[in-house]
Amino acid sequence: MINDAIDLVVVFVLAAFVGFEVISKVPSILHTPLMSGSNAIHGIILVGAMFIASQAQGALQMVLAFVAVFLATLNIVGGVVVTDRMLDMFKGRQQGERKQPPDKADPKP
Amino acid sequence: MIAAVHISADGLTGIYLLSAICFILALKALSSPRNARYGNLVGVAGMVVAIALTFLVQRPGHDWVIGAGMGLGALVAVPAARKVPMTGMPQMVAIFNGVGGGAAAVISLSEYLHELPLGVPAQKGVEILFALVVGCLSFSGSAVAFAKLQELMTGAPVIYPGQQVVNAIVALAVVALGVTIVVTPHLVAIVLLLVVALALGAAVVLPVGGADTPVLISLLNSFTGLAVAADGFVLDNVILVVAGTLVGASGGLLTKMMSDAMGRSLPNIILGGFGAAPAGGAEVAAGAEGRSVRSGDATDIGTLLAYSRKVIIVPGYGLAVAQAQHVAVELARALEARGVEVAYAIHPVAGRMPGHMNVLLAEANAPYEDLKEMDQANDEFPSTDVALVVGANDVVNPAARDNPGSPIYGMPILNVDAAANVVFLKRSMRPGFSGVDNALLYDPKTILLFGDAKDSLSRLLAAVKAS
Repeated sequence: MINDAIDLVVVFVLAAFVGFEVISKVPSILHTPLMSGSNAIHGIILVGAMFIASQAQGALQMVLAFVAVFLATLNIVGGVVVTDRMLDMFKGRQQGERKQPPDKADPKP
Repeated sequence: MIAAVHISADGLTGIYLLSAICFILALKALSSPRNARYGNLVGVAGMVVAIALTFLVQRPGHDWVIGAGMGLGALVAVPAARKVPMTGMPQMVAIFNGVGGGAAAVISLSEYLHELPLGVPAQKGVEILFALVVGCLSFSGSAVAFAKLQELMTGAPVIYPGQQVVNAIVALAVVALGVTIVVTPHLVAIVLLLVVALALGAAVVLPVGGADTPVLISLLNSFTGLAVAADGFVLDNVILVVAGTLVGASGGLLTKMMSDAMGRSLPNIILGGFGAAPAGGAEVAAGAEGRSVRSGDATDIGTLLAYSRKVIIVPGYGLAVAQAQHVAVELARALEARGVEVAYAIHPVAGRMPGHMNVLLAEANAPYEDLKEMDQANDEFPSTDVALVVGANDVVNPAARDNPGSPIYGMPILNVDAAANVVFLKRSMRPGFSGVDNALLYDPKTILLFGDAKDSLSRLLAAVKAS
């Protein structure tokens, strides 16, 4: 258990550095999609909701588990769809504005 | 719970590592418009893998709860996310963020109930309570931010005497309850803590002005990330720790970038209460009474635009509200067809989120190269004939630069007053989101055209085509 906890602390610290590094290179025009994209990523809390659902005992814990799964699904699905809609526009603009062939080949149906 | 985690924990960890790499790549791909969409898909792949594996390896005894929750969630989220207009995106991000925080809080509450009969060790108690409190802050804070942006309640700061003291007392109550619960685990106390933490989230967001709300959403996004990471510690789950921390760190940095762009510190935004500068504000308002504005008609302004050499369009929230981005780009095309040089000046916090205007103009197929960021645009205004301000106000208010008494003093602005002419398209003389009056409206070189931005732009387009 103690080893596990320390492993997680190591992971936490490294992930924090990666988070800072990755974001420091994002241009401001992509800040809104970025916020939306990272919003979708923390929807992975759904995994946690599944854990508590599988161990739930009694009606109250079952209800809480259901609520947690429901809320987490809203987060993950809503976040992904909203981000995709935003980024779709960037793709549309590139198709329209850039003339190089590689971009034409890029978008898939 | 312990037994469950140790079932093929190595295999799960390996798969979770794969998911974590997907998330990092997803965030990285967002650094260029070309790769961003692919990045989102990689992120989705990471999620699907992690969720599917969790589902299989855990062999949940209650799959129907999971199935029903996911089914209902998808049923609600997909239409909501698809139907919302692009102008509603900021509040949509707020609410989807809030429910994530809510999920994190509910998970820690449920885990607490699960552990309670056996006694909750102090370390685990602290982890659980951290996730609970931060998740609740994010949930109720996001709900209030949503209500403000959706105009379900006033966008202005909600301020009452002694507010800071009340907030401080509520915050202390959270800490005191938390310590009590860690020392002596108790069911009633944790429910009370949940309620107080929810109240604190709402109380903290209420005094924040509408213009500052995006910064707050970013901060709450970061909070949800931290709550998710804390749940990762609670459940010994590495992917929750990685994903939550990634979002917590990146969201924190993004929040700082946004408040920097507004020239304000984060504590100032949260504690300041934007309207809390009554002296300067009243003075400006009183000054406004005696001055007159020049309002023009569409034909005159259309002619002015058509015979200019260089026009810079400055979009703001009014453009977003009116869904006027397509007409704005059409007007730009019509002007370019006449040989007028046209660019768009994008203030980093124009609209209600950073990049909000870029997204809208991208939707309308505005050429990427014509979107100028603030510094670049400010170099160009002195050589510009007409600055066409479409539904923006605070981000072009010279008071932010010249009047140390103004509540928005210090916020970097677009220097549209350096252009030879300034045209404001406005719905009314109502001040901007900050509630601060704009002296530029009364400047002799300023012309106002009142009306809905889309309608005004259509009339200008017709006038340009006719001249």
